[in-house]
Amino acid sequence: MIELRDVHKAFGSNRVLRGVNLRVETGTSMVIIGGSGTGKSVTLKCILGLTRPDSGLITLDGKDVTRGDRDAFLARFGMLFQGGALFDSLTVWQNVDFRLLRGALKRPREEAREIAIEKLRRVGLTPDQADLYPAELSGGMQKRVGLARAIAAEPEIIFFDEPTTGLDPIMSGVINALIREIVTEMGATAITITHDMTSMRAIADNVAMLHDGVIKWTGPVSEMDNSGDPYLEQFITGSAEGPIEAVR
Amino acid sequence: MSLLVAFLAAIGRTVLDLLRLIGRFAIFAGETLSHLVRPPLYPREILLNLYNVGYLSLPVVGMTAVFTGGALALQIHSGGARFNAEAVVPQIVAIGMVRELGPVLVGLMVAARVTSSIAAEIATMKVTEQIDALVTLSTHPMKYLTLPRVLAGLVMVPALVGIGDVIGILGGYLVGTRTLGFNSGTYLQNTVDFIETLDVVSSLVKGAAFGFIATLLGCYFGMNTRRGAQGVGQATKSAVEAAAVLILATNFLLTRLFFSV
Repeated sequence: MIELRDVHKAFGSNRVLRGVNLRVETGTSMVIIGGSGTGKSVTLKCILGLTRPDSGLITLDGKDVTRGDRDAFLARFGMLFQGGALFDSLTVWQNVDFRLLRGALKRPREEAREIAIEKLRRVGLTPDQADLYPAELSGGMQKRVGLARAIAAEPEIIFFDEPTTGLDPIMSGVINALIREIVTEMGATAITITHDMTSMRAIADNVAMLHDGVIKWTGPVSEMDNSGDPYLEQFITGSAEGPIEAVR
Repeated sequence: MSLLVAFLAAIGRTVLDLLRLIGRFAIFAGETLSHLVRPPLYPREILLNLYNVGYLSLPVVGMTAVFTGGALALQIHSGGARFNAEAVVPQIVAIGMVRELGPVLVGLMVAARVTSSIAAEIATMKVTEQIDALVTLSTHPMKYLTLPRVLAGLVMVPALVGIGDVIGILGGYLVGTRTLGFNSGTYLQNTVDFIETLDVVSSLVKGAAFGFIATLLGCYFGMNTRRGAQGVGQATKSAVEAAAVLILATNFLLTRLFFSV
């Protein structure tokens, strides 16, 4: 279980997280929604230790994430970054297999390549695309390679930052189904950030709405439409009228 | 009065910023070197960087050295003629190239070619979240990106300096024998007789120091970049400026250390 307790983070005078409290049970899929710049990505980066919170406590299975063996901690995670974050100097399959070509999880090169091709197939890419470089792919394809890399080592916990942005509706559906499958079949814990309401309904067990640096509402996706929370209602209906100010 | 205070405050801020930068850079250098004794190392990355920093810099180093050696021979001959000292061309070209021009010019060329490329590459990786991705893939960015580049600088730049020294002397030799009328055998003999072990050692030590500075600064500014494409440009510019200045300052200190009496 991942738990955040009163987590604060500011960048200069910009107080992004102002006391985030969130609990994600093991083997469930949590989707975090909220406007742009509300700190969703920062929340994920705080959990992974990529950004150090100013205060508050983040625990994984009851243990403070800032203590203990960092390599062992990170080995439990996979992450899909918003822009893919693929390594330009490596081919597609080497990106997917980055973890399997070095370090504790190292596999023989041929075996690693086969795993990469299988993961690429799962995200709708073909073996002949395995030897291309990221710059030779479209944005959507890069995103899918990033997704294949996130799941390549079959981590216990996977973070998806905008997994369907830049994808066509059909491929979005494929990716949503894949994320759902990873949670259901592999028993992985997933936290997804998305603005795509269709994605959210397909992926989520639970939803958390982040606004003004705090979680305004959290609960099962089935209760979302009758939450009574004006912030959540405005966000999921996409209304310009409501408590969330739209800058025009 | 307030103008004076503002002026002093500006100086104070600049000094504090400089001290902060030196402190951060020293910590960065220490952390980089500490990874030398903390496995894992990435041999493939090290080899790739040896190739990039060393082999691929050869053309620019060779061209710079040969033209500098040739020009130096012409200058010494022309200047020496004012007091009938044209005959010292081989000796002065040799000592000039090995002690000063070889290491400094190679250092500056490496700063232009390698520091800029390292800073731009790592800064781009930073702003496109590739550095964060490395961390999530259980790979320490200092181990994977910084250490191989700095090691390559430490090993390959002295080699480049050695090659640059030889090519520079060759440039002087070509001008001396083809244009200035020196006898080939005498020119080479004078060159070899005049160079001492300390000259060569100082040249290679300078090369190692400049290689360390050039690569480390590229990594430092790349890793500490912010704000998208503008940040990448700023990081690259700052890295090259800092490397060039620090190489020249270090050259002065090392020259003083090796040759001051």
